[in-house]
Amino acid sequence: MNASKSLLVAAAALAMAGMAQAEPVKVGMITTLSGGGASLGIDTRDGFMLAVKRAGNPDLEVVIEDDQQKPDIAVQIADKMIQSEKVDLLTGIVWSNLAMAVVPAATAQGKFYLSTNAAPSALAGKGCNPNYFSVSYQNDNLHEAAGAYAAKAGITKAFIMAPNYPAGQDSLAGFKRFYEGEVVGEVYTQLGQTDYAGEIAQIRASGADGVFIFLPGGMGISFVKQYADSGVGLQLIGPAFSFDQSIIQAMGDAAVGVLNGANWSPDLDNAANAAFVAGFAEEYGRLPSVYAAYGYDTANLLLSAMGKASVTDADAFRAALREADFDSVRGEFAFNASQHPIQDLYVREVVRDGDILTNRIVGVAIEDRGHAYEDECKM
Amino acid sequence: MRREAILNAAIAIALLAVPLAAQAMGEPFVITLATKVAILALAGVGLNIALGLGGMVSLGHAAFFGIGGYAMAVLAAPVQAYEPLMTWPVEVAGTKSMPIIWLAATLAGGLAALAIGALSLRTSGVYFIMITLAFGQMLYYFAISWPAYGGEDGLSIYVRNGFPGLNTLEPLQFFALCYGVLMVALLFSRVLARSRFGLALAGARQNPLRSAALGIRPYSVKLTAFVISGAITGLAGALFADLNRFVSPAMLSWQTSGEIMVFVILGGVARLFGPVAGAALFILLEHWLGGFSEYWKLFLGLALLGIVLFARGGLIGTIAGREVAHD
Amino acid sequence: MSAMLLIEQVLNGLQYGVMLFLMAAGLTLVFGVMGLINLAHGALFMVGAFACASVAAATGSFWLGLAASLAAAAAAGAIVELTVIRRLYARDHLDQVLATFALILVFSEGTRWLFGSFPLYLDIPPALAGPVTLPGGIDYPLYRLVLIGIGLAIAGGLFWLIGRTRLGIRIRAGEADREMIAALGVDISRLYTIVFALGAALAGLAGALVGALQSVQVGMGEPVLILAFVVIVIGGIGSIKGALVGAILVGLTDTLGRFLLPVLFGAFMPPSQATTVGAALASMLIYILMAGVLVVRPGGLFGRA
Repeated sequence: MNASKSLLVAAAALAMAGMAQAEPVKVGMITTLSGGGASLGIDTRDGFMLAVKRAGNPDLEVVIEDDQQKPDIAVQIADKMIQSEKVDLLTGIVWSNLAMAVVPAATAQGKFYLSTNAAPSALAGKGCNPNYFSVSYQNDNLHEAAGAYAAKAGITKAFIMAPNYPAGQDSLAGFKRFYEGEVVGEVYTQLGQTDYAGEIAQIRASGADGVFIFLPGGMGISFVKQYADSGVGLQLIGPAFSFDQSIIQAMGDAAVGVLNGANWSPDLDNAANAAFVAGFAEEYGRLPSVYAAYGYDTANLLLSAMGKASVTDADAFRAALREADFDSVRGEFAFNASQHPIQDLYVREVVRDGDILTNRIVGVAIEDRGHAYEDECKM
Repeated sequence: MRREAILNAAIAIALLAVPLAAQAMGEPFVITLATKVAILALAGVGLNIALGLGGMVSLGHAAFFGIGGYAMAVLAAPVQAYEPLMTWPVEVAGTKSMPIIWLAATLAGGLAALAIGALSLRTSGVYFIMITLAFGQMLYYFAISWPAYGGEDGLSIYVRNGFPGLNTLEPLQFFALCYGVLMVALLFSRVLARSRFGLALAGARQNPLRSAALGIRPYSVKLTAFVISGAITGLAGALFADLNRFVSPAMLSWQTSGEIMVFVILGGVARLFGPVAGAALFILLEHWLGGFSEYWKLFLGLALLGIVLFARGGLIGTIAGREVAHD
Repeated sequence: MSAMLLIEQVLNGLQYGVMLFLMAAGLTLVFGVMGLINLAHGALFMVGAFACASVAAATGSFWLGLAASLAAAAAAGAIVELTVIRRLYARDHLDQVLATFALILVFSEGTRWLFGSFPLYLDIPPALAGPVTLPGGIDYPLYRLVLIGIGLAIAGGLFWLIGRTRLGIRIRAGEADREMIAALGVDISRLYTIVFALGAALAGLAGALVGALQSVQVGMGEPVLILAFVVIVIGGIGSIKGALVGAILVGLTDTLGRFLLPVLFGAFMPPSQATTVGAALASMLIYILMAGVLVVRPGGLFGRA
């Protein structure tokens, strides 16, 4: 599907009969399809397009472009989509720094933005906007889940670690927000660091009984492999980003037994999720990641709103989105006033299932969690 | 020489005509692209002074580009937050006025170039390439981990800064402004190349020993050129930040340095309009190739390889002939 | 902070340093002999890691993968030399920078096309997995100790190759006077291909060895490449001895800086601020080291310039 122009018209044979609204909606998806972070964007796109394909709604048109994980490229694509392609709605950005570059400008121009992943605190609190919805979470959520559960998992003296950049600093703050044990060591690593021997030695010497890490992408793979080989052997816990479907295969057995905070898991028990996981595996030949799940939910949220209101009537369309009247793969799902999800947060464990590694839910961390910046949002 | 002058005029007119046509046809995004070309070309004009005139192969110009961008953000961010820029020792307010921001970005770029150049110019050749690259990386890592201006998240300036008498929110007016700055910089670059200083610089590049014998210190001449080069690239950074209404450490990354250098070489080193032609070609390739393959960078790489191996002298050299104009 | 922890960190710095040496040795050799600056050296590091990961996955043997990484990187190096690089020797550094920058794009996206966007799996061979207890009671990963050994052995081998063999004499002669050895009947273009392939093989080997510790993914070579540049600038371009000393210096500075600076700042700052500031400064430390070396010796520690 990436061969010719990445313009996808979801023309389907079985147009839904009896649709009340026939106003077409044009969606611009900006996501990362090339470079080191491409696997996350590809999953976002594939999850989103799976839902679009299944709905077969001829009024939904999706334009997809690659942001190369560069903020300036993302801004230019957004300008192009808004100015030339005349999209009604933007979505798909994976990274917080790209979201910060695109979302304020897009909402200021009256376009809707539905976040499939990145949800920085600035957009949840002071910078909240009636045209901005986060379908995934608020950035701190998965770290909070890990923090809330760590004590239950027997971690009373935690060593915590993240890269030295805003998302890393937010991550450690999020972990500490609900963590009831003691923090015996706190280390910031370099972004993109690949060797963690020094940090592992510090963990060994710290007297901790568990380790929280937020090391997305390749950093997490490097750390987990080196950590397993070091023989330190303390319980690892982190957010789902570091232990998701797209990367645990590259960690191998070193990842088995690691706990991770999440708001979705392939084994989450509801009908929508079962259909999603099976459908994704059938369509693309691999298991979905959290990014695919958020993409799928985002598309279904959008489709539900299209069934209720016309996108040309922004107020009505916004109200339809706020109802969140769709079958989320996460089970119960609602928006709070800042238009971020209220949802259950879980802790998952990495397990080996035959040839592949995947995640299984081991417990609920926090029920009906919103986010920490709700009071700062004046809307 | 005549052919190159005609070609330069044609490029200048084309860069002006394309956005005007786009405006008439209701394609505002093309204006944005043309603005990007003008700004990146300006960064290239800055680099070309070091690279083409001074023979200093700097792979760290992203540092000045990024510093210019951050100069804009540091001045404009307090205004949108309704806070003063600093309160001690005297209270200074931020500004959203482009002329002041440009001055600050030019100064900041020049000062950074003075510091980096003073150290790097102690060496030459391949050392110089690697050292400028390393200093660029140092600033990149600093920008990522320093939380005050957003770290890796960068900083959004929601509304484009203003210029007296113009509405910069209007794409065409902002383009005109950038185009104007580019033309002034090109003129300056031309005057500089033919001035006594330019001749001294050419001497320092071609034969440092002879220059020294004539009483010209190659080090000071080259450092001065490097500072001017950094200042212009810094100005381009401020404009680029205003185009995107956003700054982030990505502007400081070594890939940015590589790309600025690619513009210059694509167009033709030491050619007055080389950076303009190069930036235009690069943006064109990026959009055209990006349209039909997810792996477009592979083809971009092959195209670059072909150009450097078989089309020496860059675009302008290929069309206008090999010799650099002396007239 | 105990003496044990400090010793362990010194070992870590040493191991990091010898791996950087494998990268830097190829770069400095290629520059010394051919006068070529090769930005695509990091791409060869990536080729080695990908070859090792895919062969290890297919055969189940890390060692076969290691052999494959050497072969693949040397082959990639030779092909690139024959098709592209040899047209660049007579060019200025500018053309070399641009062409090898283009090669990075070709290699990265080509690899992504072949292997997809997801990171590959490569693990430490079972025989070398897990920690060993060193005298003094330090638990240290066996694999990292082996890496230190391999790195030092290769350094020794390179010194022998360059100092004692016929090929080495030609390489040194090539560094000293290119035209002269061609006039003496040495097949200079073959020598260049061999040197380039040798440098590529070292980078590929480093990629495979490090790949078992970290994530095998597209773009993994560039950060290492920039560090390798810092190493050879500090050591002196063209000098193998300089590359070794520079690599170990950079490895130790980086590892100890990341460990000690936050502790140092913790003495007069609140802990959370100290870790942020310490980490920020630690990430700049090797560049500060490089600037310091340049102020004292602009040609690097062992450079001729």
